[in-house]
Amino acid sequence: MSAITRDEVAHLARLSRLALTDDELDHYATQLDAIIESVAKVAEVAAEDVPPSSHALPLTNVFRADEVRQSLTPEQALSGAPAVEDDRFRVPRILGEEA
Amino acid sequence: MTTTKMSYDEALDRFEPVLGLETHVELGTASKMFCGCRTMFGAPPNTQVCPTCLALPGSLPVANAQAIESTIRIGLALNCSIAEWCRFARKNYFYPDMPKNYQISQYDEPLCFDGYIDVEVDGETVRIEIERVHLEEDTGKSTHVGGATGRIHGADYSIVDYNRAGIPLVEIVTKPIPGADRLAPEVARAYVTELREIMRSLGVSDVRMEEGSLRCDVNVSLMPRGSSEWGTRTETKNVNSLRSVERAVRSEIERQGAVLADGGRIVQETRHFHEDTGTTTSGRSKEEAQDYRYFPEPDLVPIAPDPAWVAELKAALPELPSVKRKRLQAEWGLSDLDMQAMHNADAIDLVEATVAAGAPAADARKWWMGELARRANESGTALAELPITPAHIARVTELVASGALNDKLAREVLEGVLNGEGTPDEVVDKRGLKIVNDEGELSAIIDEVLAANADAAEKVRSGKIAAVGALVGGVMKASRGKADAARARVLILEKLGVSE
Repeated sequence: MSAITRDEVAHLARLSRLALTDDELDHYATQLDAIIESVAKVAEVAAEDVPPSSHALPLTNVFRADEVRQSLTPEQALSGAPAVEDDRFRVPRILGEEA
Repeated sequence: MTTTKMSYDEALDRFEPVLGLETHVELGTASKMFCGCRTMFGAPPNTQVCPTCLALPGSLPVANAQAIESTIRIGLALNCSIAEWCRFARKNYFYPDMPKNYQISQYDEPLCFDGYIDVEVDGETVRIEIERVHLEEDTGKSTHVGGATGRIHGADYSIVDYNRAGIPLVEIVTKPIPGADRLAPEVARAYVTELREIMRSLGVSDVRMEEGSLRCDVNVSLMPRGSSEWGTRTETKNVNSLRSVERAVRSEIERQGAVLADGGRIVQETRHFHEDTGTTTSGRSKEEAQDYRYFPEPDLVPIAPDPAWVAELKAALPELPSVKRKRLQAEWGLSDLDMQAMHNADAIDLVEATVAAGAPAADARKWWMGELARRANESGTALAELPITPAHIARVTELVASGALNDKLAREVLEGVLNGEGTPDEVVDKRGLKIVNDEGELSAIIDEVLAANADAAEKVRSGKIAAVGALVGGVMKASRGKADAARARVLILEKLGVSE
């Protein structure tokens, strides 16, 4: 049995607003399945005494002081934006959402 | 679209409401949660952004120590346990209000959990249990352009300002609250009110609902009377005032009651509250938590608050509002009813500050709950927003106590201060409001009044002391309210050779 179904891949694509063709869905479902199976191998070696980790270094409590630093100017901030209006990032119509 | 509603009473006769409240509090830190950008409200668009909060390649977040501390203090004030070790998590969603395409939040490891607060409603204490308090970052602000309604639906495109993106945001989630019954709307409001006061006393946020630094999502479900199985809940957003919290709960109870009574089903969804109509309309269907594909944030290391530090923070918590109210009530010798009235009017801190500035509590309360409450009502502003300070009120009470002003003149002084004419002393000078306590001047006024009211004077002389009232009234009128009435009475009787 595969680790991820084609339907699940289609659902993930929808959540990411990616328009995938049927061929692409098949293609990615196969690839993702292989990736998940490979990652699952890690679980085989995980023992009771090895806690799951989310970071490569055994660090905690890395904080910065609450100090203001220089921000970008609006011109700099917007310089890479595909579209700008009223000093704001202009983005396409948001489909399938209501707020 | 019309929404069928059932009367509140009928809905409550047939169903029992279960509440849940999610409150977001923007912390008042100087800089953002994960970068050094300013957090000022109302700054020109995209002037408080940097590579980190814009998610430009190569940027990395670093957590703001002050925000961590404030969140732990909030948790402690809400009687929560503090996690010994916890992590941030990525909440993934496709929406342009976060340029990263995810929000850094906390998922199954909140910083604070399992707490409670007690609120008073109708003389009863209701315990609200807190599920969790977690720390996340606020999102940017989208404006939808085109379309008929200014909302996303039907809009042509949206424009986004990321100044708010990345401001530290604390989310406080209650456990489900059954048993509030008919008082559910009031309980919801009392809870948010108490939360707001706790935040204020901690000094962690300015908690301005109108500016969005305190926001509330209201969850409501109904179950048939006699049933123990909770119904499907809806989550109402966009509830931007304390009054709206109450109205949103009431409106959802009425709407859900009608749907259920009609044999319909409640859809689990996000709804939007409309201030103008006091009703909610359907928004998007709520995502399942799994759709957010939460996972531990790899760009940030875990938080492990030192227990000794947490103990220090706990010991240093300020007196909490409910404790303070009890203490002040005892100190001021007020009834529950009077204290509740002051609480509802948001007058307690003002009266306390006025007392601290030297006024007797009774006088401070009299002015804030009387004349000033009336003025605030008339102008539709909050008491604290009136352009007058506790120090001003304390000075006015001092002037009254010393005999320099009577109540009528004091009210004129307050009016002058509210009109922006300066401090109480400046208003007294400018308007010439001091009581006439120059005996010579008062004596001259009395002589005039006696001459002009010979009949009344004669009555008093012949023993009808009650007639002196008319003469005192004449003196007050002649002095345009500035005479000391009691002193005038004594002098009149002296002049007429009458003793009481």
